[in-house]
Order: sequence, then C-alpha cells, then structure tokens
Amino acid sequence: MHYLVHVLLVLALPPLLLGIANRVKALFAGRRGPPVLQLYFDLAKLARKSTVQSRTTSFVFRAGPVVALATTACAAMLVPLGAHKAPLSFGGDLVFFAYLFALGRFFTVAAALDTGSAFEGMGGAREVTFGALAEPALFFGLLVLTRLGGAVRFAVVLGPGLADHWVEAAPSLVLVAVSLFVVLLSETCRVPFDDPNTHLELTMIHEVMVLDHGGPALGMILYGAAMKLFVLGAVVVGVALPASSGNAWLDWLLFLGGMLGCTVLVGVVESIMARLKLVAVPKLLVTACLLSAVGLVLLVR
Amino acid sequence: MRWLIPCAIALTALSGVAGLLPARRARLGELLAVGLVVLGAALGLAGSVVGFVASDALRIDLPWSLPGARLLVRVDALSSMFLAPLFFVSAAGAVYGLSYWPVREHPRDARGVRLYYGLTVAGLATVLCAANAVLFLVGWEVMALGAFMLVGTEHERAEVRGASLVYLVSTRAGTLCLFGFFGLLYAITGSLDFDLGAVAGRASATELHGLFVLALCGFGLKAGLMPLHVWLPGAHANAPSHVSALMSGVLLKMGVYGLVRTTAFFPTPPLWWGAALVGCGVVSGILGVAFALGQHDLKRLLAYHSVENIGIIALGLGLALVGRSLGAPALVGLGLAGALLHVWNHGLFKALLFLAAGAVVHATGTREIDALGGLGKRMPKTALAFLVGSVAICGLPPLNGFVSELLVYLGLFEAAASPDAPAWLVGALGAPALALIGALAVACFVKVYGVVFLGEPRSAKVDKAHEVDKLMTGPMAALGAACALIGLAPALVMPALARAAHTWAPELADEVGPVASLAWLSLANGLLLGLVLVAAAWLAWRARAAATVRDVPTWDCGYAAPTPRMQYTASSFAATLVGFFAFALRPSRFRPELVGPFPQRGTLFTSLPDVVLGRLILPAFALIGPLLARLRKLTQGSVHTYLLYMLVAVVAALLVWR
Repeated sequence: MHYLVHVLLVLALPPLLLGIANRVKALFAGRRGPPVLQLYFDLAKLARKSTVQSRTTSFVFRAGPVVALATTACAAMLVPLGAHKAPLSFGGDLVFFAYLFALGRFFTVAAALDTGSAFEGMGGAREVTFGALAEPALFFGLLVLTRLGGAVRFAVVLGPGLADHWVEAAPSLVLVAVSLFVVLLSETCRVPFDDPNTHLELTMIHEVMVLDHGGPALGMILYGAAMKLFVLGAVVVGVALPASSGNAWLDWLLFLGGMLGCTVLVGVVESIMARLKLVAVPKLLVTACLLSAVGLVLLVR
Repeated sequence: MRWLIPCAIALTALSGVAGLLPARRARLGELLAVGLVVLGAALGLAGSVVGFVASDALRIDLPWSLPGARLLVRVDALSSMFLAPLFFVSAAGAVYGLSYWPVREHPRDARGVRLYYGLTVAGLATVLCAANAVLFLVGWEVMALGAFMLVGTEHERAEVRGASLVYLVSTRAGTLCLFGFFGLLYAITGSLDFDLGAVAGRASATELHGLFVLALCGFGLKAGLMPLHVWLPGAHANAPSHVSALMSGVLLKMGVYGLVRTTAFFPTPPLWWGAALVGCGVVSGILGVAFALGQHDLKRLLAYHSVENIGIIALGLGLALVGRSLGAPALVGLGLAGALLHVWNHGLFKALLFLAAGAVVHATGTREIDALGGLGKRMPKTALAFLVGSVAICGLPPLNGFVSELLVYLGLFEAAASPDAPAWLVGALGAPALALIGALAVACFVKVYGVVFLGEPRSAKVDKAHEVDKLMTGPMAALGAACALIGLAPALVMPALARAAHTWAPELADEVGPVASLAWLSLANGLLLGLVLVAAAWLAWRARAAATVRDVPTWDCGYAAPTPRMQYTASSFAATLVGFFAFALRPSRFRPELVGPFPQRGTLFTSLPDVVLGRLILPAFALIGPLLARLRKLTQGSVHTYLLYMLVAVVAALLVWR
C-alpha cells in the first residue's frame, strides 16, 4: 500500500514542486506569477505537439530524454520518502543511486552532441565539468552518512537511527545537509549554478543542451528535471528531517511538509541570489565538498 | 586433463608458424593460424574452468636442468581468474585480425604480426600458470619481447620506432627489478618455487621493504601505474588495434597478476604496502583520466584510460592489503573481489573499445578525434559497440564496469566506517577519488563518443566511411555481450571471485562480497531497462501520433547554414577540465598573435605530451646519454667478446661468494 503511495507521489508530485518554487520567486518579485499547476498544463500541451528533428541527429538524440527520465524514475524507487521505506533497497544502493544520475548525464550530453551544434556542445562540456566536481561532494556526504549508519543503503542511513545520530553528531549532519543541498542545486541546474529561466544565453548549462528538443521529448526533459528535484529533495529532507510520528499517514504529511520547505528554500535562494559567474561555480562545488569532508573529520576526532 | 593448459600454450605459440606459408597460400596460412589460436583458446578456457573447480588436476611438476628451476605448472583459481580473459580476448583479437591486418593488405608484416601474436599469447599463459620463478621469467620475457615485435610492426614510421624503443627500455628495466625481486626472495627462502609458505617470518623488515619496492617497480612498470606508465600511451597507440586490445586488455594485467601473486606470500604485510598501492591507485586513476581528457589521438586516449583503470584495480588491491594488515576480512574480500572483477571487466570493455577504435581507423585512415564525426550513421554496428564499451568503462549501470566499482566502493565505505585511523583514511580518500575518476571518465567518453560518432563528419574521407565486415564486428559483439552479461547477472561470477580471493587469503570465508545485494542489483538493472523501454515506447507512440519533421538542419540559434567545422571539438569540450589539472598535466598551447583590426589567418594548436616522459625521463636520458656512449666500446656486437664477459663474470662471482 505504502509502496503504491510512493510510486504515485513520485509520478504525480514533481511538477507541482516547480510550480511552488516559481510562485515563491513571483512573491519575492512582487508578481502574481503563473499558476502553481502550470507545468502540468505545459506537459499536457507538449505531449500532443509535433516535433522537428535535425537531419544530423540519430537515435542517440531521442535516447537522451528517454534515459534521463528513466534513470531518474529508477533512482526515485531507491529513496525512502520520509519515514517510509523505498520499494527497492539493497546494499550499495547509495552508489547505484549516484551512478544512475551519471548515466542520465552521459546520454543527455551525448544527445546534445548529436545535433552537431556548437551551442549544445558548449552546454554539454559545462554539464560534465560541473558534474565531475559535484560527484566527490556527494560521496563525501555519503561517507558521513554511512559512517554514522553503518551500511551503504538508504534504508539504514536515512532510517530510524538517524534521529539519534542528530543528537550526538549534529554538527556533521548540518554540514552534510548543507552540502547535499548545494549538490541538489547544482544537479538540478538551479540558481546559483544555472538559471532555469534563461534561454539562449552563453552563460547557461542545462537549457542549452536541450535547445533542439521539442514536443513530447521536451516534455520528458521538463518532467525528468522536476522529478530529479523531487528525488534529490527527498534525500535532503531525509537527512534534515529524520522525524517519525509513528502514524503512517501522518508520516506522509510530515514528508510532504519537508518537501514543501525544501522547495520554498530553493525558491528563496533563487530569489535572493544571482547566478554565479562560470569561473566561480567550481569554487562553490569544492566548498560543498569540503563542508562534507569537515563533517567526516568531526566524526572521528 | 593435466596437459590442457600446456597444450593451449603450445598451440598458440606455434600458431604463427602455419601462417608462414608461401604468398600464394597466404590466406590458407592465415586461416590456419587463427584457427590454431582459437582452438588453443578454447582448450585454455576449458583449463581455466577446471582451475576454478579443481586446481590440483592441472598440476605438473617436472625437473629442469637449470639451477633453481623446475617445470612447475599450477593453475589455481587466481591463475584461472587471469587466464580466462586472456584466452577470450586473444581469440577475439585473432579473428578480428583476419580482416583488420590480412596478408592481402599488409604483405610485408602480416605474417610476422600473427607469429608474434601467438608467441605473446603463449608467453602470457606461461606467466599465469608458472609456479617457479625461472619459468615465470621465461614466460615474462617471451611475452615482453613478443609484444615489442608487435608494437614495432609499422617500424618504417619514426613515431612507431620511438614508441617501441621506449617500451623496450621500460620492459627491460621492469625485468631487472623482477630479477632483483626473485633473487632477494631466493636469498631469504632458498627456493624459487611459489609454494613458499610464510616468507614474512623469515624476512627482516629491511628485506620486506626491499621486496615490495622491487615488486612495485617491476610489476608496476608492466601494469602502467603512474608514474611508471611512460611506455604505455605510445605503445598502445602505435600497435595494430587487435594488438592494442591484447596489450591493454590482458598484457597490462600481468603486472597486476604479479602483484597479486607475490603479495599472497605475505599473510600479514606491512601496512604501508597497502597504503602505497592505494596512493598509486588514486594518482594513476585521477591523472590517467585527466591525461586522457586532453588527448587528440583516439587510441592514445584509450591507452591513458588503461592507466586510469589500472589505478582502480590498484585501489582495490591496496584496500585488500590494508585489510590484511589490520586483520579486517571484509576489506580483504571486497577490495580483492573488486580488483579481480575489474581485471575481467577492463579486459572485456577495453578490448572492445580498442577493436571499435581499430574499425574506425580501418574505415577512415585517421586516429585524430577532431577529424572524425558522424560515424554513427555510417558505421552503426561499430558505433553501438563503442557506446556499450563507453558506458561500461565509465562504470555506469547496467553494464559490468559498475559491478566491480561497486565492490571497491563497498570496501572503501567499510574502511571509512572503521575505527582504525589508517583504514579510515584510505576509505575517506578512496571513495571520493573513485567518484571523481568515474565522473571524469563520463566526461571523457561522452566527448569521444559524441565527437567521433555523432554530429556531422569533419572531413570528406570520413563522410565516405563504410561499416567494417563481420569478422571485425563479430568479436566486438562477443565482447559487448560479455560486458552486458556480467553487468546484468553479476551473481554468476561471484563464486569464481570467491575462490580466487580464497586462494589469495585462505583465512577468508567461502563467500566474499554481498552476493544477495548483487541479485538485487540485477533486479534494479532490470527495472532500469524496463523504464527505458517504457519511456522509449511512449516517445515512439507520441511521435507517430503527431507529425515529425526530419529534413531540417540543426537549429543553431537562427543561423541557417551551419557547417561541420562549427561543431564543438573534442579539444574545446575538455578544455575546462584539462585546465583544472594544468598543474600536473602542463598542457602546451600555441596561439597565434592577433594584431591590428584585420588580423591574419591563424591556427590554434594544443597538445598534452606526457609529463613524466617528456619532462623527467627523456631529459635525464639526454643527460647521461653521452656518458653511456663511452661504454659502447665494450659492446661491439661480437659474440666471442660477450662469451668472454660472461666467463669473467662467473669466475668473479665464484671468487667473491665462495
């Protein structure tokens, strides 16, 4: 039953998160902003549209959105939502989780290169460059969590024991939560790494890779991006809010509250910060890496 | 039964002789030679299966007149672990060579390639089943010199001569270290057999340090651990591609095998051994992939990835050694299983990549990445093979590279959770380093795959390229299928890994690694593939429902006439990442000076020569070269004089040590 709720939430909720983040940004800017459900309308519209595909492209171009969405959906089956177990859990699923996103990145960038466009090549180069720096930051965070939890699986590191670890190792966990949040912003291409609102600017990363996609494929990309925010948000919420009420349905509410908070935080960051200069992006990622590394050192002092 | 492996060795060693038939019968000789290699490989594979199950069945012990030597052949699970990929890859390479390097196209050197190919394979197999140092070194030299002849196949090109010379010097230096190693071992134990029992109890601390340094240098030179990798990029790039596949896939692993085999002599190795290997592994891994990122030559790039993967293997083996020093069997099991499985995996996917790269070279005549492009439409099978190899080498699920990296990761996480400071440090350093290596490998391979196979061709020759024939695509398909099989059903190979790990460290339990988890991993991979299929089917359905316009150029921000030259190049793609590592890589860049309002036409060159070779070893050789020239008077090439030297040396030795 709860696995069913898990799957339904993963499938249905992600577009709502982006709507909330946009509403927060609109509030900060003093605008009314688009409806909270705007992305659902967009997806429905895109699914019915026809597509234009360059004659340069091959099957890899179409595989990009497919693999990106499939890897994210697969990763979503690994992450526990709040106090509820994930449908799929095994020793090493943390590593599998991280590598799924790398697989998605591989095919997204390959699809970008398939168009033969200088623009999209540039976006792809940036994506892999920053991805390479986000990966060690993520693994330092996972090291802290596994050292506390004692096993390399989500069910243990984000399990019931985490609440007790917050009592004894709060500084480390705060650092890891912050570091994971930075990784989330980087991986989901939000401000200060990338600006999801800009199109056709030389500064952007993710949007430039998908310039040539349209119609249903673009819909898959948008949906996949929203789901990635949901999945990584669930990890951050799992670390930052390890509470369990004892009642299963109350736990779902608690989780949804956590996700709402995380999304609002993304929106707030986006409203009060400007996008970083490209040369400063690696520095922020290295900082995230060091935060988690300090967290690890604090554990063994 | 006992003679299964020796028969395989004899068949492969003699295979090339059949190829020496006169020119009129060259094709027959060729087919005969390849048939013998394949037959030998089949016998050898059968032998390695027997080695896993019942290693005593393959033991041969015969006297040999050389002092200290015995014809002691033993195929235990550890040997089998390395024999299996050797025979699989060598058979695939031999078949591929029929079409890639036939006598018809290379009348001058194709026979030689086949002869030395067979000899090298035989030498490799001898190394793996020798249980006596003399026999081991005989096999080692046959392998090393056979490979030297193979690397120098196209010796009319200066580049090839340079690369094979560097290889020859390196392999001689490595053999010298091994002579020192086995000599020291003999001095300590009085035996040259590998059934040594505990050496550690009889060796002093200094002797232990010496043994490890000699082994690390000797075997590390063959494996290509940084900074001993100097011979590797040039040799791999300039050998014929099926030879590169054999060298990278199997020959490098002899260094790993040597380290695994000899460290097994020491049940409680000093802690610094493992720490040193982990350090070497991390450096090789990160800098190997960083060097690869900046390469312009397709095969040179793959060669640097061998350095990276050897680094991952060293990381796993180092972890196992640290575990053994600290008495932590979990680290030993996971580290060793990860390292050994990566030996298989790297053998498979790197051979696959070299064969695919060879097909590209065969079809286009160039190894220059930035001159290629758009080959995916012209060579779809080769492109698919390269894609499979790329995903596998990046360690991405659902293929085999992920499984071995997962085992190493699990070991590193286990170490990081340990209260022991050394183990903790190894884990805390190793896991993020491995993550960085993996992410950089993704950057590198998406670059290569994208620039070579996607987009538009960057030259006319590439535009007219055609798919290669079945003799070349067949071996690629076999290697790719093996990659997929290990990736999707990793639990199948765990019993073999457990036996090999048990041979190395008898104190281990019968089961190593998380076998239950690997079954779940298969399920997760199945889920992933299922989701990909569902998403692809949905997209195809939507594409059919609404019209799709295909005959348009790429939308380049409104620019109506994009040309292939406007595509992003491999060099630009990697420029930022290479910049991050500029402190170690020292990239050189030639930029034209642009002056005035109408500057002249200019060209930008970037290159990434090997730092260790170019800045350390070659200058050092240039320095001592004139001194060594004086010694030339002593070596005039007269056999009589050399016999005199040997006599004098023996007499002097007898006088000193009697």
